[in-house]
Amino acid sequence: MKTRGQIRIKDVVKIYDPEGAAVMAVDHCSLEIAAGEICMIVGPSGCGKTTLLNAIAGFHSINGGSIHLDGEMLCGPGKQKASPGSDRIVVFQNGALFPWKNVIDNVTFGPVMQGKLSLAEAKDKARSMMADAGLSGIENNFPGELSSGVRRRVEIVRALMNDPAVLLLDEPYRALDSLTKSVMHESLLDIYDKNKVTIFFITHDLQEALFLGNKVAIMTSRPCKPKKVLTVDIPYPRNYSVVTDKRFRELMEETSEAVHEEAKKSFAAGEREG
Amino acid sequence: MAISTNALFAIKPNKLLSALFGSRLYLMLVGFLLFLAFWYFAVDVWRLPRFSQMPGLFTVLKEWLNPDPVYGLSLYTAEYYTHIFASCVRVFVAFALATVLGVSLGLFMGWSTKVREYVFPVFEMLRPIPILAWVPLAIIMFTGLETPVIFLAFLASFFVTTLNTMLGVDSIDESYFRAAQCLGANDRQVFTNVVIPGAMPFIFTGLQISIGVCWFSLVAAEMVSGQYGLGYVINTSYTNVRYPTIIIGMVTLGFVGYATSAMVRMIGNRLMQWRMREIAMSNS
Repeated sequence: MKTRGQIRIKDVVKIYDPEGAAVMAVDHCSLEIAAGEICMIVGPSGCGKTTLLNAIAGFHSINGGSIHLDGEMLCGPGKQKASPGSDRIVVFQNGALFPWKNVIDNVTFGPVMQGKLSLAEAKDKARSMMADAGLSGIENNFPGELSSGVRRRVEIVRALMNDPAVLLLDEPYRALDSLTKSVMHESLLDIYDKNKVTIFFITHDLQEALFLGNKVAIMTSRPCKPKKVLTVDIPYPRNYSVVTDKRFRELMEETSEAVHEEAKKSFAAGEREG
Repeated sequence: MAISTNALFAIKPNKLLSALFGSRLYLMLVGFLLFLAFWYFAVDVWRLPRFSQMPGLFTVLKEWLNPDPVYGLSLYTAEYYTHIFASCVRVFVAFALATVLGVSLGLFMGWSTKVREYVFPVFEMLRPIPILAWVPLAIIMFTGLETPVIFLAFLASFFVTTLNTMLGVDSIDESYFRAAQCLGANDRQVFTNVVIPGAMPFIFTGLQISIGVCWFSLVAAEMVSGQYGLGYVINTSYTNVRYPTIIIGMVTLGFVGYATSAMVRMIGNRLMQWRMREIAMSNS
C-alpha cells in the first residue's frame, strides 16, 4: 500500500502581477489527494489549473494558503514558493526530453545528476524500466528521431527513475492524435500498476479523465477552484472496453454538464490559452 | 537521382557518384558559368563603357595559370602562397580568440541577468562602430604590424559570436530548465547539460557568420596597415596598376573564405549529431 504522495492543497490563492493587472488565477482552492491516487484535474483552458501544478512543482509562488506533501509544507505562510525537487516530477505538455542527449542519457539524468546512482547502475535500471514499459531498443536514439508517443513514454520513465512521490502531468497527451492517446492511456495505467505513484494529471478531455482517474476534480473557469469532485468507482486494471460500460456512461452524464457549463463561462470571458 | 548511363561506368551507385551526376552539381556549374559568361561578354565582347578598365575573364585566367606571370602572382609563384598563408594565419588566430572569448561572454550574459545588465549596454554601444574606425586606436594600442590587423579581425568576429551565443541561451525553452530542476540538477549541472548544448545551434549559426565577418575585417585591415596578405595584394595591385592581380586576389579570397566557412559548418554538424538526425527524420 502506497504511503507517500499525499497532497493537501488548502485555500490556495494565486494572483499574477499583484501590483499591476492583479489577475487572480486561483481563488481559495482546496483539494485533498490521497497517497497513490490518480487525481484528474479537468477544466477549461486558462482556468488556472497549470498554475496549481506549477505551485506544487515549485515553479510559481502562491499568495495565500498552503500546500503540504506527506505532512510537510511545500509552500505556504513564510515560504511562498516551493523548491523544485525530484519528489514531484513534471511531465510537460510539449515534452521536455533533452533533444541533445540520447534516450539513455535522458533517462539516467536524474539519478546521475543527484549522485544517487553511478552511471552504470543508472543505465541498468533505465534498461529494465524501459523494457517494462515496452521501450527496449531505442536507448541510443535521440528524441528527434522518435515519435511523440514514444517520447512521452520515455519522459515518464525518466521521471519514475527517481522514485518520486508525485508525478505531475500537465496535459501530456494534448498534442497527440486520439489513436496514440488511447494507447498512451493504457500504457500509463500499466506503469501506474507497477509503480503506484500519486498522479496529478491535468486535462481538458473529460473522457480521458474518467478513464484514467480514481478522483476527478472539475474546476471552475478562472479563478479556479473545485466545482465538483467525484470518485470513479470503476475498478483497476481498466482497459478501453470500459468506455462503453453503463457505469462509465453514467459518470460522463453526471459530469459533462458541469464541465460544459464552465467551458461556456470561460469562452464568454475570453480566456487566454493555458 | 540520375545515374550515368555511360557504358564505361558499370559502377554501383554510391553517394559520390550521385553527387557527381546528380542535378545539384549541374545547377551549381550552370550558375557559375552564367556568371563567368556575363563577365566575359560585358568586358570582352560587348565592351561596355562601364567596364572598359576591367581585366577580361581570359586575361585573368591566363595570368593566374601562368608559370611566369606578367604581374608576378599566379598559382605557380611561391609568393602567392605566402600571401594566402599570411591571411589564413591571421584569421585563424583572430577567429579562435573571438570564439573562445565570445562564446564564454555570450554564455554568461545569457545565464546571468546581472552580468547581462552590466555588460550588454556597453557591448551594444561598441558593436555598431565600424571596424575601420578602430584602426587608429589599434595602431596606437598595439605595437608591431601583425597585432593591429589581428585585433581588428578579432573585434568584428567577437561581437557577432557573443551576440549570437547570448541569443542562443535565450532561445532555450523554459521547460528544459524546469525539467532539469525537477530532476535534481544544481546550477552548474544545468549550465553544462542544458545551457551549453541548448545554445549550440545558435552558436554555430553565429560562427558561420562570424568567420565571414572575420575575413571581411581582416582584408579591410590589411589594406590599411599590413604587409603580406590577400588584402595587401589587392590594395597594392590597384596602386601599382596590376589589375588582373586584383581579380586573382579576390577569387582566392572567395575560395579560401568558402573553405573556412564550410569547415566551421562541418564541425558544427559533427558536434550536433542530434540535430542532423532530427532534420533527416523530418525531411524523409
